[in-house]
This record gives sequence, structure tokens and C-alpha cells, in this order.
Amino acid sequence: MSSTATTVARPTGKPPATPRLRPPRRNAPRRSPRSILLTALTGVVLLYSLLPLLWLLISATKSQQGLARSFGLWFDGDFALWDNIVETFTYNDGVFGRWLLNTALYVVVGAGGATFLAVLGGYALAKFDFPGKRAVFAVVIGAVAVPGTALAVPTFLMFSKMGLTDTPWAVIIPSLISPFGLYLMWVFATEAIPGELMEAARIDGASEVRTFFQVALPLLAPGTVTVLLFTTVATWNNYFLPLIMLKNPDWYPLTLGLDSWNKQAATAGGEAVFNLVITGSLLTIAPLIAAFLLLQKYWQSGLAAGSVKE
Amino acid sequence: MTTMQPPAAARPRPTGPPVRPIRGTRRSWTGWGFIGPFVLVFALVFLAPLAYSGYLSLFRTQLIGGTTFVGLDNYQQALQDGRFWEGVARVGLFLAVQVPIMLGLALLVALALDSGRLYGKDFFRIAVFLPYAVPAVVATLMWGFMYGTRFGLVGDINDAFGAKLPDPLSPDLLLASIGNIVTWEFIGYNMLIFYSALRVIPHSLYEAAEIDGAGQWRVISAIKLPAIRGALVIATIFSIIGSFQLFNEPSILQKLAPNVITTDYTPNYYTYSLSFSGQQHNYSATVAIVMGLLTMIVAYVVQLRGMRKGA
Amino acid sequence: MPKYTRRLLRGTGVVCVLALGATACGGSGDDNAPQKKVSSADLQAALKKGGTVTVWAWEPTLKQVVADFEQKYPKVDIKLVNAGTNKDQYKALQNAISAEKGVPDVAQIEYYALSQYALTKSVTDLAPYGADRLAGSYSTGPWNAVKSGDGIYGLPMDSGPMALFYNKKVFDKYKIPVPTTWDEYVDAARKLHKADPKTYITSDDGDAGLATSLLWQAGSHPYKVDGTKVGIDFTDAGAKKYTGTWQQLIDENLLAPVTAWSDDWYKGLGDGTIATLPAGAWLPANLASGVKGAAGDWRVAPLPQWSKGADASAENGGSSLALPELSTNKELAYAFVAYANSGAGVQTRIKNGAFPATTKDLESKAFQNTGFPYFGGQKANKVFAESAKNVPADWQYLPYQVYANSIFNDTVGKAYISGTKLSQGLDAWRDASVKYGSEQGFTVEK
Repeated sequence: MSSTATTVARPTGKPPATPRLRPPRRNAPRRSPRSILLTALTGVVLLYSLLPLLWLLISATKSQQGLARSFGLWFDGDFALWDNIVETFTYNDGVFGRWLLNTALYVVVGAGGATFLAVLGGYALAKFDFPGKRAVFAVVIGAVAVPGTALAVPTFLMFSKMGLTDTPWAVIIPSLISPFGLYLMWVFATEAIPGELMEAARIDGASEVRTFFQVALPLLAPGTVTVLLFTTVATWNNYFLPLIMLKNPDWYPLTLGLDSWNKQAATAGGEAVFNLVITGSLLTIAPLIAAFLLLQKYWQSGLAAGSVKE
Repeated sequence: MTTMQPPAAARPRPTGPPVRPIRGTRRSWTGWGFIGPFVLVFALVFLAPLAYSGYLSLFRTQLIGGTTFVGLDNYQQALQDGRFWEGVARVGLFLAVQVPIMLGLALLVALALDSGRLYGKDFFRIAVFLPYAVPAVVATLMWGFMYGTRFGLVGDINDAFGAKLPDPLSPDLLLASIGNIVTWEFIGYNMLIFYSALRVIPHSLYEAAEIDGAGQWRVISAIKLPAIRGALVIATIFSIIGSFQLFNEPSILQKLAPNVITTDYTPNYYTYSLSFSGQQHNYSATVAIVMGLLTMIVAYVVQLRGMRKGA
Repeated sequence: MPKYTRRLLRGTGVVCVLALGATACGGSGDDNAPQKKVSSADLQAALKKGGTVTVWAWEPTLKQVVADFEQKYPKVDIKLVNAGTNKDQYKALQNAISAEKGVPDVAQIEYYALSQYALTKSVTDLAPYGADRLAGSYSTGPWNAVKSGDGIYGLPMDSGPMALFYNKKVFDKYKIPVPTTWDEYVDAARKLHKADPKTYITSDDGDAGLATSLLWQAGSHPYKVDGTKVGIDFTDAGAKKYTGTWQQLIDENLLAPVTAWSDDWYKGLGDGTIATLPAGAWLPANLASGVKGAAGDWRVAPLPQWSKGADASAENGGSSLALPELSTNKELAYAFVAYANSGAGVQTRIKNGAFPATTKDLESKAFQNTGFPYFGGQKANKVFAESAKNVPADWQYLPYQVYANSIFNDTVGKAYISGTKLSQGLDAWRDASVKYGSEQGFTVEK
């Protein structure tokens, strides 16, 4: 399927100029009077995107009883956000905090590792010609089409042979692979690292490893941030794989933990804690949203740069 | 294995990687040193399980009687399995309706942002993108709460305005309700891909259009859309893969609509049930492989067609 | 190096596949040599020596039991793990058993699920450990569920004799008597719904556990199991009683249109729009934690009868603790299970709200006289204990009931959302269960 990649090129067909990484500079301003109508229309989509988040935010301020008795998009008389947060962190001996730390671990090692592997691999694909190169990418893309559930049981059996199930490794190792990250870094590295620069480094007698770390890596920084953010989301949101691999709630990531709290209401003798599920959901997405907002500049420029091509 | 998580995602890959002679390199094994680690892990978490699936699909294990080699029997069974094909038809319908709506909306927002005619453009861009940061599990739990006709938002609206909104979890509406969740999760994501592709259209093209006196719509249809065709095709292909792998949303909503979401609701859910409820690992592997092949074929056809139109 | 890498890769793949192939074919059906008896002296010795026992269970009251046990036997370390609730745990357990790795020493298994593990010998026969001597100490329903042939495959932990939980406030408000037969129940349903169109007699959106329990109470015997020979039939007289009655509730839209266990459902139980629940004796804990607002409104009555004046009941839910065959520390594991389910642990668990399966406790004055503040001080245990005595003893589940229940909503569920009749739904369920049984190598009568 690497042919996908090659045939998608835009039909403008100009030969590649020098790599361009400066922020795109167009948007002819004088032809663009602001339009209230267009803003209002786009506002509908905006509302659609934000309303559920608003619901979540408001619901997180309600107690279990308050949830049942008040209107979904307005506050209940009894403002319980703080109580909910405290209870979320103390319920079941504070297991939520543990899940948060687990998730952080999976993100740091899993997403960090995935990004590193993708940067290395993308660099290789972009800057080296080696036997089997086309095959590598074809196989990677082809594998994306196979349903994840197909791999779940075999992976589980394999991992349990190796003694990895019910350990953090069972979650981390599979998240080390990001086909999209590899792709993005390939595109990005092709544009970002001038061949001349590498050539110069080689002539200076720098080893390949040194060339990579000292010449290539700094140039790849914006793309790296982008890939890191996307692998972070993927790892943070990971649900299906931990569901199969982990039995011990002490190793759950947040998603699995919340799901187990939600399911708890449906067991004989179990306690319904919908208010904690809702507050926990809010606490789960808050760090990600914060990361996206704070790092906006970086990942957006990485993404835009990634799409610079001819 | 990131593919196991968010379905219906289109990876942002506006255009293909350039395959052309690389300056300053010669054909050598050095590249393997860099891509080796990736390939090694990939082999462990993708290829080995995949090979094992293929191996499993040739056997049958019974609770009573153990394991026997059955050749291609499982494949024959899968091809005639009504439950499997019903699921395929369902995700096919989902795909035909949800993907165009999602990508259409994403494209419209991207074009609106790119037109420079919006007030508060930056806010729009980030706000529409935010749902992508919400894990599928949380998104589904959240929408599941809101869908409740008594306790949820739908019920609240009915009570407050005397409205008669239909039950989103009823058999007729459920697929649409799932579509809504997926659309909500991925509009912003696709929007960003399109927007990124739009931003890098060379300025010179617009200048030419301006000289010709082309209006906004003409610029969109003659310059912008053709220029981001690659992004559109790739987004479509990955949305197709996502739809065919639909799992998280139905599996979490299942608790709320147990009679509507059957254990064979989507092909992916079917393989999961076969494996985990029925202990039919062999047949499950077979169904998954057939589904994977089917996905690849459809994606390939879409790609060919998409490209031909562009040529 | 690259060439080497490549070969290494190929090698890894092959090894994995081979290694896995072996496991997959290995299966878990190994027949064990006849076990020798384990005396209580052996168990005492094991306790003195100490060691670690991993327990997979979701039952909340076990936490205190574990703490007490570890205090009593300081050398024993019990690792209590909540590996998911019912179906989720069975999936995990089955996976661990197929992988032959990470299998716990003790697992909580519900009664309806146990026979599958017993049949494939993936759980240990506890008779040689002294479980055979406990026959008289448990009520019949649970005991029959853990027994299979001469083997005893788990010790009953709790039980779910059924009763009718009803919202007294609602019944008082509309001056409707609490039904004692299912016909009266249907009548009450009509009256309630007429009086207030938002009020429903109960909620049922297709629950395999409830359906089989009601069939059980109606004297139906849908499953006939003899080793690997299986018969399935939902057309006997008892089944007809059930479908006839329940079909009326469905046809006349007398069942609340909410999903059981959802937040909507909890709300309905709280605001009186769901007026009754036929359920096992485990329900009080759920009501007390999930429907706090309705404390004092609810009461417990005997389950309505299929014929006037009868006193039949059924079990609904309930689980055992079993020892997987791959458990590595069986003596110690059994010592813990015996402590939790027949020794001092039982009292601890009753105190924390569990409903026992031991006749001694069921019949004790202290137990029966416990007032439930949630039920307005009613001595509800009397109703439950009476119910436990009246459970017909000859009920059987399929040796693959977990799977069968998982497809209940695929088949019978259709009756709740479309024009399909309940009896047709049950037939479809039978067909699907027969098909699966044959595929799995059972001899299924059609």
C-alpha cells in the first residue's frame, strides 16, 4: 500500500524546491471581510462540539441525587464539585490516583517510546535507501486494516507465555507502535533535513548516530512534538488492549478504571457511583485538553509543516 | 497497535511521502539501524499475532473433543455466516452515511477557517478540535448519559419543553446515535487535517485566480478542493477502516441497549464475542482475517477511484 | 548487522508461533488421576506453613474476611483481586486457563457458570478436601449448583432466594393490593399504569438470569444435562405459564422502557415509576446504595406464585468460590475458602450485608430478626429464608450457560423490541444454544 502514498501527490507537479518550513504566509486579507453569517453557521458546529463538554462540566458539580433531579445543562442547587473531586480521589482507598499515575506511566514510556521509534524509523525511510524499504511500509500500512480484535487473543496468549500479562509492559509494548507516527515522520523528515547537511556532516567524519542526534533531531523537533501529542492521545485513550491484558485494578489506566466504576452499578451488592464516573471523566480529559491548549503552537506548526510537500 | 483505539479516525496525512531518489544517500544497510527497532517491535505486536491468527484459523477447538485441523473449513463457514454479513452490511450502511457527514462538516469548517472571514478563528479551530482529546470510552459514557430519556439530557429536554424527542437508543435510531458519537469525536480531527492541507496551498495560485476575477466559490471548487484531494482521499480511507473496525462505542452502549446491540452488531464486536464469550478463538480469528481482507479491498477501491477522478 | 537483524526477526516469529501452537492444542481437559484425601490436619499444617493465595472475586464483603483471616494466620498472604465482574472475570479466567499462566488459586464463580468449569475439569473437585462433609450445611439450591456427579466443585458463598421487592408508597397511593400470584401481578400492572401512565409495575428489558429464574419457579425444566448429553426445550407446561404471563406485560407495554442497572433505572426505582422488582436476596445492598432517596418506601414480599396457594421459589444469582485446577497452592486455598464460606467468615460477611447460603445462619434467630431500616424496619430475612427453603431442587443449567446467557438478548431480546413473541424468542435461543452445543462437541437432542 505504499502506492497509496505515492499516488496521492497533488497534481500541481512542480519539482521540489528547497524544503520550506516557515509558517505558511498566505490568507489574502484584503479579500476577506469578516462575515457574521459564516461565523454563525460555523458556530453551530462549535456548539455541537462544546455542548457535551459543557454538560460534563456542569454534571461534575452535582451529587448522585442532584444528577437525578436537575436539568442537565444547568446547575443543581447543591454545588458538589469539590466534594466529588475529593470523593473521586478517596473512593476505594484512592485508587483513582493510582490509575492516574498508571496512565501517566503508560503515556511517558509508551507514547514517548512510540515517538522515538517513529522518529528513528521515519528518518530511515526518508534519508536512507535500504533493501526492503518499500516492503516495510507496505506491511505496516497493510497491518492497520486488520481489526484489532483479531490480534487481541493471539497477542494475549503470546504475552502471557512471556509472563507479561497483568504487568505494565502488556500495555506499554503494543503502544510503542504508531504507524501514523512513522508516516508523519517520514514526510516530515524528507522535507526538514536537507541532504546537503547530512552530506556535510558525513564529510566532517561524523558517525551516523552523531549525525542523527546532532543534525537531524533538532530539525525534526516540530514534527516530533506533533507525533508525541498524537501518540499521547492514543495511549491516554487506550481501552481495548488493557481490558484484555490487565486483571489487577492496580494497573488499570483511567479509561478502564472509569469503565469499571460505571459497570459497578450493575452488580449485585455494587454501589452506584455515577457522580464519580462523571467527575472522573472530567478529570481524565482535563490534562489532555490542557496539553492541547498549551502546546497549540508547536503541534499545529508540526502538522502544517508535515503537510508541506509537493 | 494504536489502531485498536480510536476508530473512524483519519490519520492526518494530507499527502503521500515522496518516493524519489534521495540526495546524498546510497543504497546500503545503514537505514536498518534506524528502522530496526520499529520493525522489531512491530513484528512482535503485529506480525507474530497476525501469523498466529492465520495459524489458528486452520483449526477448530471444542469444549468436548479438543483441537482438530480443519483446513479452510472456518473460511467456508465465515463466507456463509449470516450473522457476519449482517454486521458487514450494518457497518457498510454506517460508513455510507456517517463518513460523508463527518468529512463534509469537517471540510466546511476547514474551508470557513481558511476563508479568513470568521470572527474568532483561533477559538473556533481549537474548540472544534477539543473532542478529539476525549477518550472514546469517556465520550461514549458521556453521550450514553445524555441519551437517557429520563435521567439524561434527552429526558430533561422532553420534560422542560414538553417535547417528544424519540429515544436515541431505540432500534431505529441506535446506529444513528453511534454515528453521532463518532462524528462528534472526529470532526475536529479531520477538520485539522483539511485545514493544514489548505494552509499550504501556494499563494501564487490565488493570485492567478484573483486576476481572473474568480469568486469565493470558484476558488474553492477550482483551486482549494483539487489541491487537497490527497488529504480528502486519505481521510476517507482511514474513516473507512475506522468504520469497519467499529467496536468501542457499541460495546460500551451495549449495556444501555442490550436488545438492539446484539453480540454480532459489528464484525469487530462479533469477533470479540466469539472469542471471549464463546471461546471460539479459531473461528474468531477467521472472521477477523476475512474482515481485514475486505477492509483492504474497499480501501484500495476507494483510493483508485479517488485518484482517477483527480487525474 | 542488518542481515542478522532480519534473520533474528524471522526466527522470533517462528518461535512464537510454535510455542503458541503448543499451548493452543494443549487445552485444559487433562484428566487427573484420582485425588487422595486431604485431611484437616494437612490443612492445619498448610496454614501453619503459610504462603500466598491469589483470590479473584468481586464480592465486596470478602475484603474484611481476608483481613480477619490474615490476622488469624499471619503467615498466609491473601491477594484479593477484583479481576472484573461476572462475565468479565470469566473471560479473564478462561484466558488465563488457555494460556496456563496467571491462573488464580481461588475464583468467584456464579452458580450458573460453574458447571462449564466442572465439566472441562478446569476447577478442582473439593470432595477429597472435606467438602463432601458439608452437604447438610447449605440450602438446596446452592448446594445442587456446586455439585456435579460425585464431585463438589466449589463452596457456596452466597445465595439469591427470590422475593418481590415493592414500593409500598406507590401501592398504598393507588390502593392496590400487593400481588400474590402472577395473574394478580399483571392486573396490578394494568391498574398502576392506568392510574399513572408514567408508572410501571417493573422493568425488564430481557435478562437471562431473571427469565431462567422465573422458569425455574414455574416448574419448567428447559435444560436436561447428563454429562456431555444435553437437551433444550422451552415448551413444557412451566415454560408456557411463564411466556403466557410475561407476554401480556410486554404486549400491553406494562414494562418500564428503561434499561436495567442504568442511571435511568436507578432513578425510576427512586421516584416510584418502577413499582416492583422480582429479584434475589442480594438486592437490598443495591437499593440502599443506589436508591438512597427512597429509603423507607420499599418492602419485601414473597414472590408471586404461578398457581394460587403455592409457595414455590427460585434462586436468582449467587456465587461460589472455586479452586481452578491450575491453582498452585490448593490446600491453603481450600483452607481459605472453607473459612470464608463455611467458617467464621460467613458471619463477617452477613454483618456487611451479604446473604448467606448456610442453613444454620439462615435459620438463626439473630439473622431472621434483623430489622432493615431501608425497608422501614421490616424483618426481610424471614421472607428470604422462607424462600430459600422452597427452591425446587431439580433445576439444571447448561454446561455452557455463560455463552447461552450472552446470546439471550440477541434472540429473546427481540421479543422486547419488535413483534417477535416471547415463545418464538425462546425457540430462537434454543436453536442458537443447540447449534453452539453441537459445535462444541456436545450431544444435543433437538
